[in-house]
Formats: sequence, C-alpha cells, structure tokens
Amino acid sequence: MPLKQESFVMLDILAQQTWSPYAAGAGIGILVCISFLLSDRPLGISTAYAKVSGLLEKAITPKRAENEFYRETVPRVDWILMILPGVIIGAFLSATLSGQFHLVWVPGLWDTAFGTNAVLSFLTALIGGIILAFGARWANGCTTGHGISGTSQLSLSGILFTACFFLSGIATTFVLSRFIGV
Amino acid sequence: MTLLTRLHTNARLQLVMGLFIGIAFGFLLQKSGVTDYNVMLGQLLLQDMTFSELMVSAIIVAMPGVYLLVHFGCAQMHVKPGTLGSVVVGGLIFGTGFALLGYGPETVAGAAGAGALDALCGGIIGMILGSGLFAAFYPKIKTRFLNRGPFPAQTLPELLNLNPWVVIGIAEVVLIGILFLL
Repeated sequence: MPLKQESFVMLDILAQQTWSPYAAGAGIGILVCISFLLSDRPLGISTAYAKVSGLLEKAITPKRAENEFYRETVPRVDWILMILPGVIIGAFLSATLSGQFHLVWVPGLWDTAFGTNAVLSFLTALIGGIILAFGARWANGCTTGHGISGTSQLSLSGILFTACFFLSGIATTFVLSRFIGV
Repeated sequence: MTLLTRLHTNARLQLVMGLFIGIAFGFLLQKSGVTDYNVMLGQLLLQDMTFSELMVSAIIVAMPGVYLLVHFGCAQMHVKPGTLGSVVVGGLIFGTGFALLGYGPETVAGAAGAGALDALCGGIIGMILGSGLFAAFYPKIKTRFLNRGPFPAQTLPELLNLNPWVVIGIAEVVLIGILFLL
C-alpha cells in the first residue's frame, strides 16, 4: 500500500527533532515569496509587538495611544499581528511532534554560566527584550523584516541593518563573556 | 480587480493568511534549532553557525523568488527606505538586545512556543514594553536621528547602477560561497 507508506514517511519527517538549517532556511525563503505573492507584504514580525503594545495602551490609557507613533503604526489586529501567535503555535506544534516540548525557566548555557537563578535569567531576558524591540522600532525592522525580506530585495537598509546587528550582537556577547567569564 | 488584488484586499482572509504563514514560520524555526537559547548564543559566540546558515539559505531562495514574482507582475517590491540614523543606530541597539536576550523577535516567539518561559515571560513581555517605550520617545527620536543620513539609493542595483539580475547572480555566488565557508 504505497499511499500509507508515504504518509508514514511524511509523519516521520514532521516528527524529526531537527531539520538541516539549509532545508528549513529554503522553506523560510519560500514563505517570504508566498507573503509577497498572496499577502502583498514582506515577511516580518517585530511590528506585531508594537501593535500589541498599542492595543494595550489603547485599552488602558486611550489618550497615550493617540501619539504620533501609533498614528503611523496603527494598533489593530491585522496580518502582521497574526504572525506572532502563528509563530508561537507553529513552534509549539513542531516541538510537540518531536517530543521536545518542555517548560523550562532557565536555559542550559545560562545555567552553566550563572546558575539556576530564575529571577536573574528572567530580568536579563526582560531587559534584553526591551532593548531588542527599541532597536527594531528605531531601525523600522528586525532580523526577519530587514535581515531576510529586506536583504532578499537587495535593499540597502536590509543589508546594512544585518551587518550592524551581527557586529553589535557578537561584540556585546564577547564583552559580556570576557567580563563575566562565560 | 484581479484575483490577487481581491485576495490582498480581503482583510479577514489576510488574518488567516498571516496566522498560517506564522505557523509555518514558527514550525521551520523550531525544526532548524534556532528557537534554542544555546544555539542562538552559540551563534553570537561564533561557535554554532546554524542561525547564519538558516538566514543565508532563506535569502538564497527568496532573492530570485521575489525578483521573479515582481518580474512577472505577480508581486510588488517592498523596500523599506532607510537612513544611516535609523538603520545603523537601530541595528546596533538591536544587536545589544539580541545578545542580552539570546533570541531575535521571531526566535523568541518560537522559543516561547517550545516551552521556554524566559522567552515567554521575559522576552515577549519585554518586547511589548520596549515597543511602547519607543512609541513614547518617537517624536524626539524621529527628528534627531531617524531622518539623518538618507541613502543615495534604495537598493544595491540602484546604487551600483547595474541590472538587478547581474547583482542577483553575483549575490547568489557570494552567498553560496559563504554557506560553504560557514
């Protein structure tokens, strides 16, 4: 029964723990093309966080949500906002299918360097997230929007952003590991 | 109205499209391993090249794909206009946050989906807060930084005054070469 065997092979592939980054990357490249073709948009995600923040501000202090930023980046549930829950669900499905879904507070490398203090790891992630979003809004894009969609269009902003964030990310990591001794 | 423009302007259908593109994106991110904190920090320490391999592979596929779609009139370019003040400064801030958090805006969502609570409670909340913080400072940052140093052109082919397909050909050779070196 060839059909049945094929579906088993398909399930096997979906349940694998890792795919080659080349194959997964090619898949993301196809997704970028699908976004352009079917949604007339470049694939991105960081704007979704700004829209969530805008929706929350609108709900809590409507007056503050009237500022210039939210007039340009209108807080509403739209295509780019849906990318965010989509990515969370997609990663959950992938991790669950391969039996890799585990609730973890402190990541492994962090654990070996700084110990199992969940508060410290949480605070670092929180501050890192604040700076990451601040930088993404400052540059009007992120690793996906500038890095992949922008660079794929040979856009100068995409290429320059990618060079800058890699340099600064690597430099920060090396300075931190030198001082703290990771 | 063509079928594609009808699809693009159907707001409700685009919400579903965004969700499904997000799910596929999250699935591919988790499968490639980049939703793992250790893999991402390994990249910044230049010990694990998975993230670069994923990004370069995505660009190798998306670049000719997007240009072909545009060439055949099936898609439009979406190049983000940038300035040195926005892309360079924003990229440097972004890289610092990237190093502290250990994830990017897409991988932090994927990590949360795979059960990383530092990503969910620290990273994602931080990104929402950081976006709101940027919105509050936006008018000042806009006049002082974001409009400084506009680019002489939007894309590499425009800057070099070359046919885009020539630049794509060269870029593909360079990117495939990088993949072999990584």
